[in-house]
Amino acid sequence: MRREGSPFQGLGTVAVKELSDNLSSARMLVLELLIVLTALAALYGAIDSLRQNTAEDPFLLLRLFTVDRAPLPSFVAILGFLIPLMAIGLGFDSINSEHNRRTLSRILAQPIYRDALLMGKFLAGLTTLAISLAALWLMVIGLGLIFLGVPPGGEEVARSLAFLVIAIFYAGVWLSLAILLSIVFRSPATAALVALGIWLFLTVLWPMLAPALAQVIAPPDPRYAALGLDTPETAIWAQTLARLSPNHLFGEAMLAVLSPTTRSLGPVFLEQLRGAVMGAPLPFGESLMIAWPQTVGLIASTIVLFVAGYVVFQRQEVRA
Amino acid sequence: MSDAEGKAVTTASEAVITARDLTKRYSGVSVVDAINFDILKGEVFGLLGPNGAGKTTTILMVLGLTDISAGQVRVLGYDPARAPLQVKRRVGYLPDSVGFYDHLTAAENLSYTAKLMGLSRTERPRRIAAALARVQLLDVANERVATFSRGMRQRLGLAEIVVKQAEIAILDEPTSGLDPQATHELLDLIGELKAEGVTVLLSSHLLDQVQRVCNRVALFQAGRVVLMGPVADLARQVLGAGFVVEVEADGAGLARRFATIPGVTGVETLAADRFRMTADRDVRPDAARVVVGANGSLRRLFVDVPSLETIYARYFQSHKEPSRGARHAA
Repeated sequence: MRREGSPFQGLGTVAVKELSDNLSSARMLVLELLIVLTALAALYGAIDSLRQNTAEDPFLLLRLFTVDRAPLPSFVAILGFLIPLMAIGLGFDSINSEHNRRTLSRILAQPIYRDALLMGKFLAGLTTLAISLAALWLMVIGLGLIFLGVPPGGEEVARSLAFLVIAIFYAGVWLSLAILLSIVFRSPATAALVALGIWLFLTVLWPMLAPALAQVIAPPDPRYAALGLDTPETAIWAQTLARLSPNHLFGEAMLAVLSPTTRSLGPVFLEQLRGAVMGAPLPFGESLMIAWPQTVGLIASTIVLFVAGYVVFQRQEVRA
Repeated sequence: MSDAEGKAVTTASEAVITARDLTKRYSGVSVVDAINFDILKGEVFGLLGPNGAGKTTTILMVLGLTDISAGQVRVLGYDPARAPLQVKRRVGYLPDSVGFYDHLTAAENLSYTAKLMGLSRTERPRRIAAALARVQLLDVANERVATFSRGMRQRLGLAEIVVKQAEIAILDEPTSGLDPQATHELLDLIGELKAEGVTVLLSSHLLDQVQRVCNRVALFQAGRVVLMGPVADLARQVLGAGFVVEVEADGAGLARRFATIPGVTGVETLAADRFRMTADRDVRPDAARVVVGANGSLRRLFVDVPSLETIYARYFQSHKEPSRGARHAA
């Protein structure tokens, strides 16, 4: 059952063409503008509040990412909300539009495998997102330099680079989801609607539903409640359920990487904190270790969703 | 129905596409049902039949773009399911109502597929310019395809096959939806491809066009090939005789006299002065002689070349299967 020839033949060609389509499309411009403007607003708030308590923090640059000032959420929170929108915008019509334009059978009649087409589109989308995120990252660093006037330290740059990489994987999850939906649904409008529905559910509804579900699964113990504490089982269930959303994983990973004082992402017993100097920053490597499971979760979801799309696409009929 | 295979109008008798018991089932229903055909090098082979008879599915199986349920197909000696890249490198495909990237120009569209074909950077522009010139699109090479008419898109699709320098061109309904002028131009281009030695496999439900360009045709009905061979052979098989000659003439006892001409198998009197003969050869000279010999006045004499349309209509009239008829209408 072996196929002859390389599945990657034509991959570069497809990726370059899709990348140039992505970068020159009006849709991309609108999404970019949306993100840059919202991010600028968040940064403005952050810079403003940081200026008032400068020199208190050794990681001033990182605070730019995480500080919020009402009514605006922090830069990272905004990205966690808007990166999916951008990825969905890039991916929701990647395969079904080829069907509808009737270009699919013509392209697949060229000496390439379907693998190359799908992979090329995914890589082009991911590269586009990576370019935009890198530009945003540079913008934050640049604004930090201009308005705070403090040069970033090596660790700050390393931590913000980790932020960039994790953000790209987070975008990858949503891009593979959008591409999967574009394979499953023949109409781009349906695919976009379903993708946006999933996005809203996971980012807005799921954080509210997860604790409620946890209370159903593991009812809180009244003895803990009497002490004003969370029941450990309920808290763990709530966190496990919340982690099903890539949005939550991204948030946790960002917390670990961008706030060096984060020691744990889950509930801890008091005895586990014995000997810890509260408020002291962890070394970069330790922070990465804390964020690592979340990052792996994001990478794994990307791969699982992409593979699902790949399997469906391989079995799909070409004819319109 | 396979006795005509040896008589193909081609000197090379090398089969470039062979199908043996080729079958495609969708959830248990056979869309293509154990068909057999051999397409010889350099010929134009037509797949005919109503919509939904299995023509496009057959083409997709030949290209390896859809799985084969049973049987086998070989293209230039390769199995399209196992060695699709080898097949697709040498076979050009023009899908039914072909689409292009509207935001790119004609040349950019061809350039993209030329890259996918693996043509070198130096060779691409040369081949693309030559192909666009061939299909008379060179002057709009740098215009966006969004502005192109349907006929221009079909020609651009042919240009892609020319760029590929394909040995086999597979055209799915190449002329459907085109105006007569565009149809004519496209058929001429197909003729040119044939003259260059390209084997052409085309599907159509427009019979007169197929008749114009095809050496041999296969008639599809509900997933089966019911007739195959050169059009003239099919006419003999289905209509019983190769020639129908109509005469408009006055004269005494003409019908009786026509019937005595050797080769005439039947005479029909359409009106007092109009007769229709069926014959196994062109009997016009004899008919003229008969009219003159009878002191009649000959006003009109013409041979009614059996059109594929007649063959088709007659065949389906006599082979209507009620259980299957419902399906191929769908």
